[in-house]
Amino acid sequence: MSILAVQSASPEPVEMPTSSAGRRHRVGVGTWIALGILVFFMLVALFGPLLVSTDPSSISLMDSFGPPQPGHPLGFDGEGRDLFARLVYGARSSMLGPILVVLISTLLGGSIALSAAWIGGAYDAVVARVIDALFAFPGLLLAILAVSLVGPGLLAASIALSIGYTPYVARIIRSAALQERSLPYVSALTVQGLGGTSVVLRHILPNVSGIIVAAATLSYGYALIDLAALSFIGLGVQPPASDWGVMVANGIPGLLQGYPQASLYASACIVLVVGAVNFLGDRLTEAAEGGR
Amino acid sequence: MTLGRFLLGRLIALVVTLLLASLAVYGALYLAPGTPISFLTRGRTVTPEELAAIKARYFLDEGFLSQYGHWIAGVLHGDFGTSIIGKAPVLSLLGGRALNTFMLVAFASIIILVIGLTVGITAGLKRGWLDRTLMVGATGAMAIPAFVAAIVLVLIFAVNLRWFPVFGAGDSLSDRLYHLVLPGVALALASVAYVARLTRAAVRTEADSDHVQTAVSRGLPRGAVISRHVLRNAMIPIVTVAGLTIGSLIAGAVVIEQVFQLNGLGSYLVQAVGQKDFPVVQAIVLILVAVFIVLNTVVDVLYAVLDPRISAGRQAA
Repeated sequence: MSILAVQSASPEPVEMPTSSAGRRHRVGVGTWIALGILVFFMLVALFGPLLVSTDPSSISLMDSFGPPQPGHPLGFDGEGRDLFARLVYGARSSMLGPILVVLISTLLGGSIALSAAWIGGAYDAVVARVIDALFAFPGLLLAILAVSLVGPGLLAASIALSIGYTPYVARIIRSAALQERSLPYVSALTVQGLGGTSVVLRHILPNVSGIIVAAATLSYGYALIDLAALSFIGLGVQPPASDWGVMVANGIPGLLQGYPQASLYASACIVLVVGAVNFLGDRLTEAAEGGR
Repeated sequence: MTLGRFLLGRLIALVVTLLLASLAVYGALYLAPGTPISFLTRGRTVTPEELAAIKARYFLDEGFLSQYGHWIAGVLHGDFGTSIIGKAPVLSLLGGRALNTFMLVAFASIIILVIGLTVGITAGLKRGWLDRTLMVGATGAMAIPAFVAAIVLVLIFAVNLRWFPVFGAGDSLSDRLYHLVLPGVALALASVAYVARLTRAAVRTEADSDHVQTAVSRGLPRGAVISRHVLRNAMIPIVTVAGLTIGSLIAGAVVIEQVFQLNGLGSYLVQAVGQKDFPVVQAIVLILVAVFIVLNTVVDVLYAVLDPRISAGRQAA
């Protein structure tokens, strides 16, 4: 911390621990582990139910809270349903449901953000104000309102949740697109007579795609939590269908009697996936920001 | 003068946002399958008198904007309609529950501010293993949904150790606070981690900045540098994020109240959704949304007060 360093207004940015200028191209062990967890659970969600022949809804009160046994590696819940089968089948709605939310909110937020950044002026000002007003608006509340209108289930809730997430996505993409727009190459392209649509879609969009992927990844984690929470409070996936959120809720009576397995296994799945997704999202954000 | 104009602008934006939000909450009625009247009476046999009462209450014979106008005028006078299940004015059903929710959110907010800021500032100022450990812990905690935190806390501290009650809201004030410990911690956990991470980043950025290095090199005492140069500037982003995070607790409370059977607005909302009691759903969503929007504005204004550049900058823009 020399005085010299302070006085010479060095053009290099101050070194910050999170900026990954030097590490940008190195993929750490953590990233591989996180990616592995995510891919594993995705594969389970897609193909697991095809491979597991045990019926996740078959009740057998004889096996209530039964311990693991051959063919039933995790044992049974209070109704004597196979916990392993319920986890595997539950992965479907828990893992795949949030993808819809990410797709809708990214498409919607991306279009709003890119058009606002390009058109600018009053349109951009209005968009920015609306985004600010709705930023971080609890999407879960919108989802509950939607459920109250069309009944329990994930579809309407997912669409409502997407609308709740749109300002979050739009805000991130808009600020990245605004920075990109101010770069000289954009004016160069415009001067060359390229139309606004092609500049935005063929030049700005690819250059902000890193940020978009990072935001989409992080919102996948939030969406997974919100949808699981919705199923947990009984407004999402309906029993006896399996879902991790439903499993955590259904396991509470057992948990109070000293059999916490059902709740804990489903919780562990949620925490593992969300942890992995958050980790990847953070790395992607760093990479995208470092590369800009 | 600039601050005054800024405040006026924010006030106008607040009113407009509140009106739009209330329009959306009211308009939701029309997104429901079927006609509003069939939706409001869904699955129930209603006498012609009740039907007429609902029609009159929602002014269903008039145009949409006029209906909305009547409704919002009623809301502004504290008239949220009548609960279809409870057969009582909605407002009278909300009072005590709102207090429960408020206590839960306030309790969680205090935990977030005290622990989140302490951890964040500590990690930001002390480099090394402590910083790394705290941040790894915070990153992990952010992946834990409130309901998962809730059942794990119940398992450890209520079922196994028996330090805290499992469910219920308690009676006297101290008993209520005692009952709020587990729900409060569960609700706060992920946000504590988030605020801690953000605080650390903000403190670290300031600590590395040129003006702080200048202050250090001029021989100012460490305490003065930290409080007047590092924290003062780091507070600006922290206040914003902490405020928004506390706003997001409003939705989290819905889930937590359900787990711990706290009988607040959130658990009543879930119950009303299940019972198809739409006036109650509408009222609770509107109240929670309004609180969220007002909180957002307060954060925005606080931001401008802490950082005079904001109001001045917007003025110029």
